[in-house]
Amino acid sequence: MLLTRRAGLPPRKLPKPMSTSKLSQRRPADNEFTLKIANVNGTGSASANALIMKTLFRMGIPVVGKNYFPSNIQGLPTWYEIRASERGHLARSGHIDLMVAMNAETYRKDLECVEPGGYLVYDSTWPRSNLLAREDITILGVPLAKLSNENFSGARARILMKNVVYAGAIAALLDLDLEIVSDLLNATFAKKAELLDANQQAIRLGYEWTRENLATPLPFVARKADKTAGNIIIDGNTAAGLGAVYAGATVGAWYPITPSTSLMDSFKRFCELTRKDPETGANNFCIIQAEDELAAIGMVLGASWAGARAFTPTSGPGVSLMSEFLGYGYFAEIPAVVFNVQRCGPSTGMPTRTQQSDITSSAFASHGDTRHVLLFPANPEECFYSARQAFDLAERLQTPVLVLSDLDIGMNDWMCPELQWDETYRPDRGKVLRAAEVEKLEVYHRYVDADHDGIAPRTLPGDHPKGAYFTRGSGHNMFGAYTENADEYKQVVDRLLVKWETAKRYVPKPVTQYSERNRIGIISLGSCDEACKEALHDLAGQGLGVNYMRIRAFPFPDEVQAFMDAHDKLYVVEQNRDAQLKSLLCLECDIDDNKLGEILHYNGLPLPASFITDAITHDLAKGVAA
Amino acid sequence: MSFMKKPTARHPRLPVNEVGLTVRDYEGGMSTLCAGCGHDSITGAIIEAAWQLSIPPHRFAKLSGIGCSSKTPAYFLGESHGFNSTHGRMPSVATGANSANRDLNYIGVSGDGDSLSIGMGQFAHAIRRNMNMTYLIENNGVYGLTKGQFSAAADIGSRAKKGEVNLQPAIDPCTVAITLGATFVARSFSGDKQQLVPMLKAAFRHRGFAVVDIISPCVTFNDHEGSTKSYKYAREHFVPAVAADFVPPAVRIKADYDEGTVLPVQLHDGGVVYLRKLDKDYDPTDRIEAVHTLMRHSKAGEITTGILYVDESQPDMHELSNTTRTPLVDLPYSKLNPGRDMLRKIQAGYR
Repeated sequence: MLLTRRAGLPPRKLPKPMSTSKLSQRRPADNEFTLKIANVNGTGSASANALIMKTLFRMGIPVVGKNYFPSNIQGLPTWYEIRASERGHLARSGHIDLMVAMNAETYRKDLECVEPGGYLVYDSTWPRSNLLAREDITILGVPLAKLSNENFSGARARILMKNVVYAGAIAALLDLDLEIVSDLLNATFAKKAELLDANQQAIRLGYEWTRENLATPLPFVARKADKTAGNIIIDGNTAAGLGAVYAGATVGAWYPITPSTSLMDSFKRFCELTRKDPETGANNFCIIQAEDELAAIGMVLGASWAGARAFTPTSGPGVSLMSEFLGYGYFAEIPAVVFNVQRCGPSTGMPTRTQQSDITSSAFASHGDTRHVLLFPANPEECFYSARQAFDLAERLQTPVLVLSDLDIGMNDWMCPELQWDETYRPDRGKVLRAAEVEKLEVYHRYVDADHDGIAPRTLPGDHPKGAYFTRGSGHNMFGAYTENADEYKQVVDRLLVKWETAKRYVPKPVTQYSERNRIGIISLGSCDEACKEALHDLAGQGLGVNYMRIRAFPFPDEVQAFMDAHDKLYVVEQNRDAQLKSLLCLECDIDDNKLGEILHYNGLPLPASFITDAITHDLAKGVAA
Repeated sequence: MSFMKKPTARHPRLPVNEVGLTVRDYEGGMSTLCAGCGHDSITGAIIEAAWQLSIPPHRFAKLSGIGCSSKTPAYFLGESHGFNSTHGRMPSVATGANSANRDLNYIGVSGDGDSLSIGMGQFAHAIRRNMNMTYLIENNGVYGLTKGQFSAAADIGSRAKKGEVNLQPAIDPCTVAITLGATFVARSFSGDKQQLVPMLKAAFRHRGFAVVDIISPCVTFNDHEGSTKSYKYAREHFVPAVAADFVPPAVRIKADYDEGTVLPVQLHDGGVVYLRKLDKDYDPTDRIEAVHTLMRHSKAGEITTGILYVDESQPDMHELSNTTRTPLVDLPYSKLNPGRDMLRKIQAGYR
């Protein structure tokens, strides 16, 4: 699709808004429902929840799991939300059709958030106040604790098995395929026979009691479908860590921080699996747990400078600490890859909630005229491929590259196409002169831009005496020597802008859905993608055609400007308060900011499609009223 | 300025080392430090030690933080890669470089401000990792580049150039290093090349993290009456005070120092600092004894110098990590890529 600049054309009339009520009138249907399990953290509910989700997946129904967990180890409220959608809408739905209310502390709120006409399952072992009722939903009591206590011994086992009992009850209510449930348990507990039997029994207890005592199944159930073949269920951090292994990263330095920790866990796990020297058993990798994020990024710069592919996973507070070194990497031109798995800021913020609020702080991390290349993966699949992309860009451009994932992508379970590996892939190491090439040179200087693309070849320590240079964050001239000379300094920082222009050619282009008929467009990035696509679908269903551009990188390639020029009205959808992506667009592109609307979701929960459709319809209604 | 080239003319009869290089081949750019700065003497000692060991200059990597001391890597080993990092953060950069290429000889140059204030955390954790490098602290008790503020190495009662008296206790990098598990800890004086050169050779040869604290008076901001790191006092009174040189297996270091002298340094408050030779039967392999000796002498106002502690038996960072013997930078991608089949196999667990 070719976009052309339309600046100067008179704006066409915007379409009329439609009623918003239609959009929010949803009813669950077979293979189109959301269930939410409210629990207490530390009770081992994760495996029961994963069991339900994977059963749906193996029944061929697209599914997504969102974990809302506390920054805590034991005893605080936690929720797990599973959305099944045969149509393939895998954003957070924002509607709860079936609630499993296992936590007395949050019961009242959990009750409130069930959609009218929906269902709530509670543990009827103990009497429940009549005040905690609703007329417009169906409340189902299952004696979960009683069933567990009567059949299992030991406090821990009883708590754990109570969770599996509710999985059995849900299997009855949603008509889940018990054979698949059983297979999954067999695989999970293949090496723990005792646990396997207990789990199988707990499923049966919940399932049979529910079948015997309640009207089952519910009006909306899971039916076998064929929409998940060729897909996997994976979280973004696992995929990114695996991607770093495939990209050829050998050095990983990090400091533990939620929600990025599992990325290094993944890198380590897959290195242990695939990077042991077959003869010696030694590691063809080096992972260092640093004393803080300042050290972690220092290690990455040191290792990259020495010639390895090195990276660090972190989150917002870590990027703040890394800022000085990121500026160093930009100015001294050292490759580095940082995975910033964003969480809710400012400051410590909400470490276990999601946001996209590090866009500007990552783009300009550090003092002085500093700017960084950013990548915006939208899902775990892109996290996997963005690892390779980030290393290639970092080495090609000799600069830090930050991959902006977020907690929703990084830690939640997403369905995505099976990851593919192109065996012809070879790392793009960029312009590196090794010993043999240095030997042929008469003289070597670090920052001489012979190719006029802003990138000068580097050399590696230890290779050749003629290749030696002195890396510094202080003012230097094109020869790498210290300078306080105005012209020499300016020559270097101006060349960095040439390199910035070069970067636009290398970064991934935006993904667009475009029709010439549509005058309205959505611009978004990262984990907003699923909600945006669903919103486009819903709006189209209401007769409103909207185009879409998902930006995948900063600096913005030329296609970004072209898309904006081709529309009369644009909505920038992002997950932060201050419209950070929109700000970057206004800074970097030629755009009348009146044309740019903003749709900002920043309460820490993943973005649902209804938030976008409501915002757009309200805005268009406003325009008509005026 | 540091980028100024020294004249290339060489004396035709300069001696060459085992790799056929003269000491001039180990030099760097012209120093921009104050005339007579102790740091320049250390630079000279590094050049001499590296040349004597016959290590090709490009097989060194030299790293530093920020400060007067951290400028000095520009003045030695012009044929090795240098990395003048950010303030207090050189240890992390060195760790990263070392993790990627374990075969280079790493020299880190830091100062007392760079290591004991802003970089105390990184200094401590680099010691814990026991990475293979030589870490020099060019210690003058003062911030030179910002014109004379006390550093954390300034002694209680020490007087600044403008008269201010330091009231906070000094951090002794050697005591800190030994208690944190450093495997090579030494102290010397910039003016004592006889002690310093063999000490640096031992440090370069040490497997693991070698801390060398070098008292290096600042001629501009800490060279006055009342300073405990006065260059004048040291010049007038200092006598080498070496008790032990580390001699690695199969390498003999010629120890050419005088023995048995104690250097009394008069303090402004009437106290005396003694730079003194260690006991002949001092055992530099006993960690507790080393700390005890350091603290005992410190209490008496004396500065103990020499190779204070050494332990060759501890595994270094790569042994602790079970890293492959080949430097990671030399592993071809074919050894790093698990391949398509493995990716399929891995994903079987994600359905």
